[in-house]
Amino acid sequence: MLILTCPYCGVAADETELAPGGEAHLRRAGPAAGEAEFEAYMFHRANPRGVHFERWRHAFGCGKWFHAARCTMTLEVFGTYSAQCTAPPAAIFKAILASRPDWTPTPGQPEPPKPAARARKSAAKPVAKGKAKAKTPTAPAAKPAKADAKGKGDAT
Amino acid sequence: MRRYSAFAIAREALRFHKGWERAWRSPEPKPRYDVVIVGAGGHGLATAYYLGKNHGITNVAVIEKGWLGGGNTGRNTTIIRSNYLQDPSAAIYEKARSLYETMSQDLNYNVMFSPRGVMMLAQTEHEKRGYLRTAHANALQGVATEFIGPERVKELCPIIETSGPRYPVLGALWQPRGGTARHDAVAWGYARACSDMGMDIIQQCAVTGVRSQDGKVVGVDTTKGPIDCGKLALVVAGHSSALADMAGFRLPIESVSLQAMVSEPIKPCMDVVVMANTVHGYMSQSDKGEMVIGGGTDGFNNYTQRGSFHHIEETVRALVETFPMISRLKMLRQWGGIVDMTGDRSPLLSKTPLGNCFVNCGWGTGGFKAIPGSGWAMAELVARGEPGALAAPFSIDRFREGRFIDESVAAGVAH
Ligand SMILES: Cc1cc2nc3c(=O)[nH]c(=O)nc-3n(C[C@H](O)[C@H](O)[C@H](O)COP(=O)(O)OP(=O)(O)OC[C@H]3O[C@@H](n4cnc5c(N)ncnc54)[C@H](O)[C@@H]3O)c2cc1C
Ligand SMILES: [Zn+2]
Repeated sequence: MLILTCPYCGVAADETELAPGGEAHLRRAGPAAGEAEFEAYMFHRANPRGVHFERWRHAFGCGKWFHAARCTMTLEVFGTYSAQCTAPPAAIFKAILASRPDWTPTPGQPEPPKPAARARKSAAKPVAKGKAKAKTPTAPAAKPAKADAKGKGDAT
Repeated sequence: MRRYSAFAIAREALRFHKGWERAWRSPEPKPRYDVVIVGAGGHGLATAYYLGKNHGITNVAVIEKGWLGGGNTGRNTTIIRSNYLQDPSAAIYEKARSLYETMSQDLNYNVMFSPRGVMMLAQTEHEKRGYLRTAHANALQGVATEFIGPERVKELCPIIETSGPRYPVLGALWQPRGGTARHDAVAWGYARACSDMGMDIIQQCAVTGVRSQDGKVVGVDTTKGPIDCGKLALVVAGHSSALADMAGFRLPIESVSLQAMVSEPIKPCMDVVVMANTVHGYMSQSDKGEMVIGGGTDGFNNYTQRGSFHHIEETVRALVETFPMISRLKMLRQWGGIVDMTGDRSPLLSKTPLGNCFVNCGWGTGGFKAIPGSGWAMAELVARGEPGALAAPFSIDRFREGRFIDESVAAGVAH
């Protein structure tokens, strides 16, 4: 059973006490946005095999909404944090990277605050990904294969 | 390929069964194929089969990271029906159901299709009205269903408690030609037929990257090395987002775990499939006598193929109320599969932003029944590069255009 600690009341709540609220940190498309942006906001989801940022509500507890960072392959919880933030706090990224040193965000997910040394080390990947993320359907020429940094050891 | 027949059984009986051949070859990958299909589940294999059978394209590889049929195709509760609400759904699911009727003969493989009848119980006034509406829609679509009253429900399935205090049975949507089939056999039968056409089914080989040039796919990277291809079909159900990520586009898909379980075998006690969507449980009896029971989906993204424990309790509670005689049954096994959910609970059969790359996914909790129809439509899409009438409504564009095929309202749970 999944257990998340509510950052408001501090209760370690079983999932039966919680209501799932889907992917977190989606940026709402503004009134001037085009169809593609609305489509991405409404329907495209990161759905990663690995680190996932998500919203939960402590429905049968204090009733508050909060955020959690969790691994969808192992159900490991990296931390929970306040709903009053538009991106995960630095401590959450730190916890994620401590446990998953190779982690890079899936398109659509928030980027870690200072990409500094880490991102440069694996520059090839984010570049390929960054281009692929562009809304134009053209993929970069002879795009290098994305290494399978995540998704190792899938249960069958 | 040696055909299976009563004569073959007699022949083999006389020579100690030494003449059976392997059902399919397990070759090493060639450097290039005209079409590479990722995922050897029912949908991937059916796509390959109809590429060969309907379009004469046989230089095809189906690449599977585990074993063929080991994904949701081998994990589902095998319910086959086509009583959907929307016309595009009725068209593709009814195509599939009708292909199931002749699949054993077509593949020369016994898939044990059993059109025993599927009933979906109406246990609230709203549900009853909804099913009446579906029955009318089905009549217009040419799908044979009818709304039956509680007496007929009891007659067709005597073990149902129809007068429960909280959710009495008010009737049911009844599709007499719905039923079940042996899920592994569907995958195996297609694999055998594909292999016989000269296609390569490559198991224990994961696709790890998609290579492209000038906006078109040129090949894939796999754990057995790079493979070039003219066209690429991604048919990986719950793992579609990961493959789309490799190919450089995003999908309106979320993956969650859906559970099922089977009981110890008991004597025959029900010969129809019953779905009780309000209390959320559904059950049929396998030929071995086990009660096959479908459970709930998790509300959160999950790739663990396990599912949350509390769903088991909820499912069993719902079924014991609906079928009081099963209250002392022991459960033998429980498992989960990773299902690919779209926003409108309808599948994607579509071109993608990457040229010559196609997706078939989003069948979510209910794609076993669709396997032959989906393969038929997907093969047409891959072969021609443009969707035919069956696939066209299911393009990815519909989310941008607001052209949803809304089946989540039609059936709270769709199997
Ligand atoms: C518990 C449960 C009950 C269900 N009950 C029903 C039901 O009663 N009726 C019904 O109609 N439907 C039902 N379904 C839904 C149905 O099982 C699925 O919709 C259907 O089987 C999907 O088939 P598929 O071929 O698309 O996917 P799968 O059978 O999952 O095949 C996809 C394959 O892709 C492979 N793959 C993934 N990633 C890679 C990679 N990187 N490289 C190579 N291969 C890869 C996987 O290993 C897998 O074998 C149920 C599902 C579950 C889980
Ligand atoms: Zn709380």
